Amino acid sequence: MLDAIVLQILNGLDKGSAYALIALGLTLVFGTLGLVNFAHGALFMLGAFCAVAFQNLLTLSTKVKDPSVTFFDAYKDEPYLKTWFGDAGQTIIDYSAPLSLILTIPVMLAIGLVMERSLVRFFYRRSHAEQILVTFGLAIVLQEIVKAVFGANPIPVPAPPAFAGTADIGTWIGLGSGIVYPWWRLIYFGFSIAVIAGVFSFLRFTTYGMVVRAGMRDRETVGLLGIDIDRRFAVVFGLAAVVAGSAGAIYAPIVSPDYHLGMEFLVLSFVVVVVGGMGSLAGAVLAGFLLGILQSFASMNEVKEIIPGIDQVILYLAAVVVLLVRPRGLLGRAGLMES
Amino acid sequence: MANVLLRVANVGKHFGGLRALNAIDLDIEEGKTRAIIGPNGSGKSTLLNVCVGRLRPDSGMVTFDGRTITGKPPYQINQLGIARVFQTPEIFPALSVLENVLIPAFAKRDGSFRIRAWEAVVGETELRDRAVGTIEDIGLHDRIADEAGSLSRGDKRRLELAMSLVQQPRLLLLDEPTAGMSRLDTNRTIDLLKKIKERGMTKVIIEHDMHVVFSLADRVTVLAQGRIIADGTPDEVRGDPKVQEAYLGGARL
Amino acid sequence: MRALIGSRDAILVAVLAAAVLTMPFWLAPIGAGYPDLLQRFAIYGIFAIGFNILFGLTGYLSFGHAAFLGVGSYATMWSFKLLTMNALPAILLSAVLAGVAAAVIGFFSLKRAGIYFSILTLAFAQMSYNLAYSVLTPITNGETGLRVIRGDPHILDRAVGWQEGDSLPNPDFFGLNLSGWAGFYFCAVVLIVAFVIALRITRSPLGLTLRAIKSNQTRMGYVGFHTRPYTLAAFVISGMYAGLAGSLLVVTDPLVGAERMQWTASGEVVLMTILGGVGTLTGPLIGAAVIKYFENVFSSFNEQTLQQAFSFLPEPLATATARILGLFVGSGWELTLGVVFMLVVIFQPQGIVHGAGRIGRAVRPSSAGPNGPVERQPAE
Repeated sequence: MLDAIVLQILNGLDKGSAYALIALGLTLVFGTLGLVNFAHGALFMLGAFCAVAFQNLLTLSTKVKDPSVTFFDAYKDEPYLKTWFGDAGQTIIDYSAPLSLILTIPVMLAIGLVMERSLVRFFYRRSHAEQILVTFGLAIVLQEIVKAVFGANPIPVPAPPAFAGTADIGTWIGLGSGIVYPWWRLIYFGFSIAVIAGVFSFLRFTTYGMVVRAGMRDRETVGLLGIDIDRRFAVVFGLAAVVAGSAGAIYAPIVSPDYHLGMEFLVLSFVVVVVGGMGSLAGAVLAGFLLGILQSFASMNEVKEIIPGIDQVILYLAAVVVLLVRPRGLLGRAGLMES
Repeated sequence: MANVLLRVANVGKHFGGLRALNAIDLDIEEGKTRAIIGPNGSGKSTLLNVCVGRLRPDSGMVTFDGRTITGKPPYQINQLGIARVFQTPEIFPALSVLENVLIPAFAKRDGSFRIRAWEAVVGETELRDRAVGTIEDIGLHDRIADEAGSLSRGDKRRLELAMSLVQQPRLLLLDEPTAGMSRLDTNRTIDLLKKIKERGMTKVIIEHDMHVVFSLADRVTVLAQGRIIADGTPDEVRGDPKVQEAYLGGARL
Repeated sequence: MRALIGSRDAILVAVLAAAVLTMPFWLAPIGAGYPDLLQRFAIYGIFAIGFNILFGLTGYLSFGHAAFLGVGSYATMWSFKLLTMNALPAILLSAVLAGVAAAVIGFFSLKRAGIYFSILTLAFAQMSYNLAYSVLTPITNGETGLRVIRGDPHILDRAVGWQEGDSLPNPDFFGLNLSGWAGFYFCAVVLIVAFVIALRITRSPLGLTLRAIKSNQTRMGYVGFHTRPYTLAAFVISGMYAGLAGSLLVVTDPLVGAERMQWTASGEVVLMTILGGVGTLTGPLIGAAVIKYFENVFSSFNEQTLQQAFSFLPEPLATATARILGLFVGSGWELTLGVVFMLVVIFQPQGIVHGAGRIGRAVRPSSAGPNGPVERQPAE
């Protein structure tokens, strides 16, 4: 029994990590910029496709004679990297998922900055409804572009072979050898913790971060203090894009990216933010993990036997319950957005 | 023996460390006009907010005509017969002046919720006449079809007054009704409020302008730092040394 | 004495009715003169008009109305299969059931305002979609969807003597087969009725109350209105319109699948309303027609036809142009929709009707009567 519980908790952690990271970026943008960004899920998806693009880049191939076929000249594709660097090249290709961060981070930063400067910043003063609508449109556009470029089917991005297997967690925590868990998902969890810690440290310990936090509390005053809040906003938006994008890139080996990824995660991310408390970074992260685990428990066969289909609706039900019992969310500020 | 319409009993309110109201006791008699004066930050607006349901007091309670109103939502309090004119005009900017006054009239006639989806607004002649009458009283008839958002601040304040008056409330709460008005407008407002007084409406007015206070008030209550420091007829209050001190040497009076 | 509908409104209804009923003729020159497309104009027009009662009047932006579209569709399908192929009970049943669904979802969603409300509606819609797709499969048949099949009960039909024939029965209206042009005219009549109802609501005290809520909701409380039941009423009404539209989709094309409840339909109706003009009476209808028309046009192109169209250009230029534009047509219609969406929100949040009105006002100054002009300027 304990085995099953631990397993479900672990199962919930990878999805929960993704929720937490996406919700973190969403809350950062909403809390600082006052902007509701329906394109945030698309940023997650774009990050995942950065990993795909990186993989494609690394596996650029040329035709090479296939020595294993002897009675006619056959050719197979061999990646340039392998031709030039042999085994080392192959290793690089194997690690394309984590290495994609090299590409993902600058690309997502650029995308975030461009998005902010060219579109988003004109909507700071406009109503939330208009913000939702324009970013919703943007999300559709981004999604369709990805579909046009990469096709409609999911594209697998395998984890590095060293981490493709499962870890024997059971033995680690002394519960016997029954509990195994995929390595990469563990790594994902660790990665998300690192990113979350990084963002919090940045906000806490740097002057820049302090200004951002002040801006989250009271945007107008910070502006009146003569601080160029606009430029910092652009950076905040870029940061949120990088967080979402890298979350997507490292998630690629877990769920093969397809163009729908953004929208799937978007709705749930907003649910997470609502549960955690809009405007609370800690709340977003906490709620992300909790809801991931909750969803995982709801997918257990035993649970589904009692209430069929519960896993499909549990998160939305959780949001409804939270909103009725504690409208401000887990850690939100009271009075924010109550009807 | 006049009926006590509004009774404020031992009301206290604090915001964090600030004690905005401290053990306020107030009896407003029906048909009378009470002015509440005091330096800035003395708690006048807070008191009004408590009476109209915008704030919940931490202690004490407010009763209206014998019924407790503390803790009730604003719409219920209004339906009982209390109307308020806000300090910063709160109107419906996207609607016309006429519509702005029609809305409260509808609320008064139909209650807090009644679906009337088939009749046309244009057919409600009785309500329209009442609304137009009130708008004429207030002097905004020439702007009656204009969008309320385009009015000047002073006109918006008058519109708000019309919105309250059309409901013929039993108690009218006015938060600095003449703030920012010219002398002419102020006098016009005083005349209007006097006319209303003749019709028997009970009023509580927060004011800074002593001319208004002395023209209208039957009794004056003075607040300072969340407490009542004086209470009496305008003349009594005028001569009270505590009040003069509260206003920094009595220069205002 | 209850005033009847004003004469100005009567003219509006008459003109609209005439325009709608003669659509097959004056839309034929632009290639839109066939039943399938015109039905969609009418159906999505109904959807948008109802949505406008919520979004246009109260300002509450719901992203979940696809759920009610779906409820309407499923309800009609089951009415066909269980009771009768007659469309009238089907559409009434659908409107009622969609209204019930809207009451439940609205009850929870309206506990919050602004973006919280929008997110809640989106969440409920996704939940409904998930339920339809994989949980409530006995009712919805999940991905495969529902059709009228042999062996369906048709209880009421059989009771009046109907016998199963060789081919599957068609939806009908008291004997009139509703395929082809008859289907269109059925939808057109429903549209006109729906429009009149929406018009009455807008001109009524309810309509005024809703607009006041949009203008200053807090003030409403202080003038004595309990606003929650009003916003719920608007939500339910708009849900019923959506259900009606969903129902007509099945009446004109008897099949339904879970994808009807996807959020894309919710987004589309928002776009139609905004494009046509939020808060106006005819705007949503025009917006719906424009979107559906261009969807039809764009979807029918593909890279090859573009290549032919641009064949007057030199070869590489023609191919390049076709390639680029090809992204926006055929299956790329969604991309075009997204771009249009963004452009409309960025540049013209007031829509076609207001734009036309502005031109009209520039040409002919009008005076606002005591009721205000016929089309109202939204608050934002």
